[in-house]
Amino acid sequence: MKDKNKKTILIADDDYDYLFQMKMKVESFGYHVVTAESQKEAEKIIQTLKPDLAIFDLMMETDDSGFILSYRMKKLYPDVPIIIATGVNAEAGYSFSVNSEEDRKWIKADLYLDKGIREEQLHKEITKLLNIKDTKNKS
Amino acid sequence: MGKLKILVVDDEPGICSGVKRILSNFTVTYPFMEENIEFEVDDVLTGEEAWDIITTKPPDILLLDNKLPGISGVEILEKITKEHINALVIMITSHASIDIAVKATANGAFDFVPKPFTPQELKSSVENIAKHIYLKKMTKQMKVEGKQIRFQFLSVLSHELKAPINAIEGYLKIIKGKQIGDNLEDYIPMIDRSLARINGMRNLIMDLLDLTHIEAGKKKRELKPVNITKTAQIAIDTIEPLAIQMDIKIHLHADNDFIITADPEEIEIIFNNLLSNAVKYNKKGGSVDCYISEEPNSIRISVSDTGIGMEQEDIPKLFKEFVRLKNEKTRNITGTGLGLSIVKDIVQLYNGSIEVKSKLDQGTTFSLSLHK
Repeated sequence: MKDKNKKTILIADDDYDYLFQMKMKVESFGYHVVTAESQKEAEKIIQTLKPDLAIFDLMMETDDSGFILSYRMKKLYPDVPIIIATGVNAEAGYSFSVNSEEDRKWIKADLYLDKGIREEQLHKEITKLLNIKDTKNKS
Repeated sequence: MGKLKILVVDDEPGICSGVKRILSNFTVTYPFMEENIEFEVDDVLTGEEAWDIITTKPPDILLLDNKLPGISGVEILEKITKEHINALVIMITSHASIDIAVKATANGAFDFVPKPFTPQELKSSVENIAKHIYLKKMTKQMKVEGKQIRFQFLSVLSHELKAPINAIEGYLKIIKGKQIGDNLEDYIPMIDRSLARINGMRNLIMDLLDLTHIEAGKKKRELKPVNITKTAQIAIDTIEPLAIQMDIKIHLHADNDFIITADPEEIEIIFNNLLSNAVKYNKKGGSVDCYISEEPNSIRISVSDTGIGMEQEDIPKLFKEFVRLKNEKTRNITGTGLGLSIVKDIVQLYNGSIEVKSKLDQGTTFSLSLHK
């Protein structure tokens, strides 16, 4: 049963196991979690659901699925913060192909996180983004 | 690689000395790296002083506070980008100024750490950047040395290897912390998923070996007459146990012993991949049909299944390295995303061609021809 006071977080990731574990973690922080296993599925979900925050994997159907999703999402709900979680980081040799100015302009995520992020830090980042959103909406 | 020079620019002396203290004994190690990376930290209190140093002796890494008395951090960042100065920037932003952080990343900052930061947060940011610099130097060197190492391939590979490790580690942590209670039975699905991921990694390693054999071309190809019909039969026998488990019948349709001049191992790889796909992506009680026929200059092989099929738009993706079509139906099927790209590489060696026809929920047919 969904608790009306709980904030809803949408998580999209094509790695079933990672998705399952993220859902467990984020639920333990006290949020309601909706999951999608692909960019496509997430796009369908946001047509009917406005989450309070979204966490997208970068590489799903394509190398930039996460960016496309956040672009579409910000068009629908400009105020919903988006975190892009990626396993492809500087360590892997390329910093998510946002090397050209053109790419950067349309990337709409609020935060990039490495997938190996510690649980407490993830919790902190989510709370922080949600707080900023609440303050903005009130003012 | 020795020492990396870091310049801290912050008008709060406390931050400067804090960063110095945190990084003074900090070293970064990396697999394949002979020596550790250490850091040499300098600091200045204003943007103007920083700019002097940046233009005369640019540091490797710049830890840049945004709020500075004179010229601001973001302005320095813009100048660095504009003048193509070879220093990577970590922005230090005040708490909750995500806008600035995002703007900074858009302007070319490598990373940002919000204030107040813990030593661990600073270290992990610096570690990432150090590894990035190391890898950049390494790629440059590889290019200089003319080593044709496919770096892109390696980075995707590292992603593919890291994903299962992360998944397994995640499950182990949940189990260790007894996060869903004391009942052992409840953890069995997690253990099963971990085992499945380990199995996937093992297959990936096997496929990688195949791929390097073919691509490196170092292994002497042994071309000799190969009986394609027999090779197909052996591959079918190998995959049979899995097929029986899934109640799938495999039929070979070849009215002759067809002979081609080829490397036997390569022909085996083709059949193993196509047949195991046809079984893995099939449905319970389905069937697999393998046809072999001969044309004047070529041998035609086709493998059809009655399986889950795929969307038309997914077909072009199939032959790319590490592409796996992920959906509900394929979740529990282990695969590496390399098999078909290997098959395509081999087919090219025989001046052949390969094509795919598929209908969602009805099945898939791979047809290929090999030049005799």
